[in-house]
Amino acid sequence: MSLRLWSLIVVVTLGIAAPRAVAEERSIVVASTTSTQDSGLFGYLLPIFKAKTGIDVKVVAQGTGQALDTARRGDADVVFVHAKAQEEKFVAEGYGVKRFDVMYNDFVLVGPKSDPAGVKGKDIEAALKAISEKAAPFVSRGDRSGTHTAELALWKQAGIDIAAAKGPWYREIGQGMGAALNTANALNAYVLSDRGTWISFENRGDLDILVQGDKRLFNQYGVMLVNPEKYPSVKKQLGQAFIDWLTSPEGQAAIAGYKIGGQQLFFPDAEKGS
Amino acid sequence: MRAPTSDLPLVLKGVSLSSGETQILRDLSLAISPGAPTLIVGPNGSGKTSLLRLCMGLVSPSAGRISWGGRTDAMPMRCAIVFQRPVMLRRSAAANVAYALAQARVPDRARGERVAHLLDRVGLADLAERPARRLSGGEQQRLALARALARDPEILLLDEPTANLDPTATRAVEEIVLKAAESGVKIVMASHDLGQVRRLAGDVIFLVRGALRERKLVIDFLDNPSTPEASAFLRGDLVI
Amino acid sequence: MSDQSSAWQLILNGDAVLFAIVRLSLVVSLSAVAFAALIGMPLGALLAFSRFRGRSFLVVLFNALMGLPPVVAGLAVYLLLSRSGPLGPWGLLFTPSAMVIAQTILITPIIAALTRQTIEDLWAEYRDELSAMGVGPVARMMTLLWEARYSLLTALLAGFGRAAAEVGAVMIVGGNIDGFTRTMTTTIALETSKGNLPLAMGLGLVLVTIVLAVNAAAWGTRVWAERQAA
Repeated sequence: MSLRLWSLIVVVTLGIAAPRAVAEERSIVVASTTSTQDSGLFGYLLPIFKAKTGIDVKVVAQGTGQALDTARRGDADVVFVHAKAQEEKFVAEGYGVKRFDVMYNDFVLVGPKSDPAGVKGKDIEAALKAISEKAAPFVSRGDRSGTHTAELALWKQAGIDIAAAKGPWYREIGQGMGAALNTANALNAYVLSDRGTWISFENRGDLDILVQGDKRLFNQYGVMLVNPEKYPSVKKQLGQAFIDWLTSPEGQAAIAGYKIGGQQLFFPDAEKGS
Repeated sequence: MRAPTSDLPLVLKGVSLSSGETQILRDLSLAISPGAPTLIVGPNGSGKTSLLRLCMGLVSPSAGRISWGGRTDAMPMRCAIVFQRPVMLRRSAAANVAYALAQARVPDRARGERVAHLLDRVGLADLAERPARRLSGGEQQRLALARALARDPEILLLDEPTANLDPTATRAVEEIVLKAAESGVKIVMASHDLGQVRRLAGDVIFLVRGALRERKLVIDFLDNPSTPEASAFLRGDLVI
Repeated sequence: MSDQSSAWQLILNGDAVLFAIVRLSLVVSLSAVAFAALIGMPLGALLAFSRFRGRSFLVVLFNALMGLPPVVAGLAVYLLLSRSGPLGPWGLLFTPSAMVIAQTILITPIIAALTRQTIEDLWAEYRDELSAMGVGPVARMMTLLWEARYSLLTALLAGFGRAAAEVGAVMIVGGNIDGFTRTMTTTIALETSKGNLPLAMGLGLVLVTIVLAVNAAAWGTRVWAERQAA
């Protein structure tokens, strides 16, 4: 019995170890946001990239704040998030090499069709003021993500000190975009979402877009290579290859090519010649 | 496989055994020497089982000394024991015996032959591959005997081995024990059955409430008991 | 995996992604059970029949660790395997190996505690016979573990159930990477957060069916084995 048991253990151990040894060679870890994952963008882009370069991109999807933390710990090669101020801080701290614009989309204010706070047709500041005054249920990401950062900035621009003003109507869930939309659906609440995740989200219930097009709802995505000087284990050639492709005409065209139901979700805006 | 050391004579000097508040054995002094079987008799609760466990080294005396072949403060080397309700390992009869041989450090190559020999000796040759837990009470008791004999013991201790067996099974066990005695194994056996005592014994140890009451040859004990407890016991009265 | 298909359609069509996910779930959880058994069973057995100072403390500790929250175990392993952590150079974070490590840590206490209880009960029965046969501590452990094999199978299934069901640990240390560290539970969490609730529920039923199948296989093995020998 014990001989067979040992053989089983050896086989199982090799079975786990072997695939890793192979995949290790041409792969990178990209820490990114839930909006790029949940919208299906990576599912579309990465096979194209792999077909061209043979590089496996392993995406760990977390909120922007957590993604940057992961990179600060040296657990990722590339960071691809959407909170410009946090990204610039990341580079300034020496963790990132350089920040590149990649694409943008916009945020939309989603809420119940019955619109208890009467925000439809208003601009985003007026909408948020109305929600706060009427204490209408509002779901916040609460996770230092790009969307959360943008949401906090918008409250501030609307002249509302949300930390002081929040009451039981303001629900911070500390989770990703999809979870926030699920919660908003269940609570019939308002929520700030990026358009990409919203378009691909299935469980809409009674929710719909109520405020959009305001230029303050602009959402910029950026990509950075984690600094190999801080972490020599960073795969700088492969990581840089990914960044170069994303910002190249080909990569930019691929991003523009991603559509759901005929609608384009992300708009490429890398600087020409970067 | 005769080891140079001997466990005989097995000597108890002033041995007492208590468990918490209860005194199980009181101030026992006796010697067990090579020869005909020694049977231990007495009413229930007289300490027969505890005496056997002491001789096997499974428990230490609370007072007094026990020595095997002149060695004190050591464990017996050439003893084996058969319990009243033996525990079968969850494997075949043959595997049980093989296990006992392995624990007795019999080398792998020699085991197969010895297993067959031992099973034959106890009359279980046809049941070698039967799961031991599926054997009858009598068969299990014989298997326990085979396991004990696998250790090639100098002293074979048995704790009322036939108490739960029918007469046929009892006879089978007694035959094996007698044959072992004939081949030179010292038998020390607790028994509840006076007929069995008469059939098997050379000498008798009579215990009452943990104390040694009589130590005699079997005929002397059965026909001429010296103590009132022994007389009462032999008459079949309850010995309080 | 197409968002529009139901889970059962994916199975019937032999969807490659779904099968890869199922395969990874089984490999990770079964491996964790194997390692946890290797560590936990001898530990539990030794704890059952040894007497030493601090034994009671260890017994209570293992019993308590059965309730170790998976997400805490995951976090601890994450900090250990992170590049900035002590085992960073091994580069194990965000790999299936890390998931196996985290789940092994999670279920070893379960297997150890259940083994201890089973063996302790058995030791009471076997103590005299094994002592009389002069069985030393190591042989004692091996013998008792083998004698208790059917009860211990239940302990293993308890461990497997815990491992297959948890999402906190594998999510944190695996990163839920598409095509690489995505298991059934992390996929269900992902599809839920994408709002694909029917698909998530369907996958949940698939997972339950698989765990049921593993338990049925274990039961069948036991029945077959009992018929063969003791």
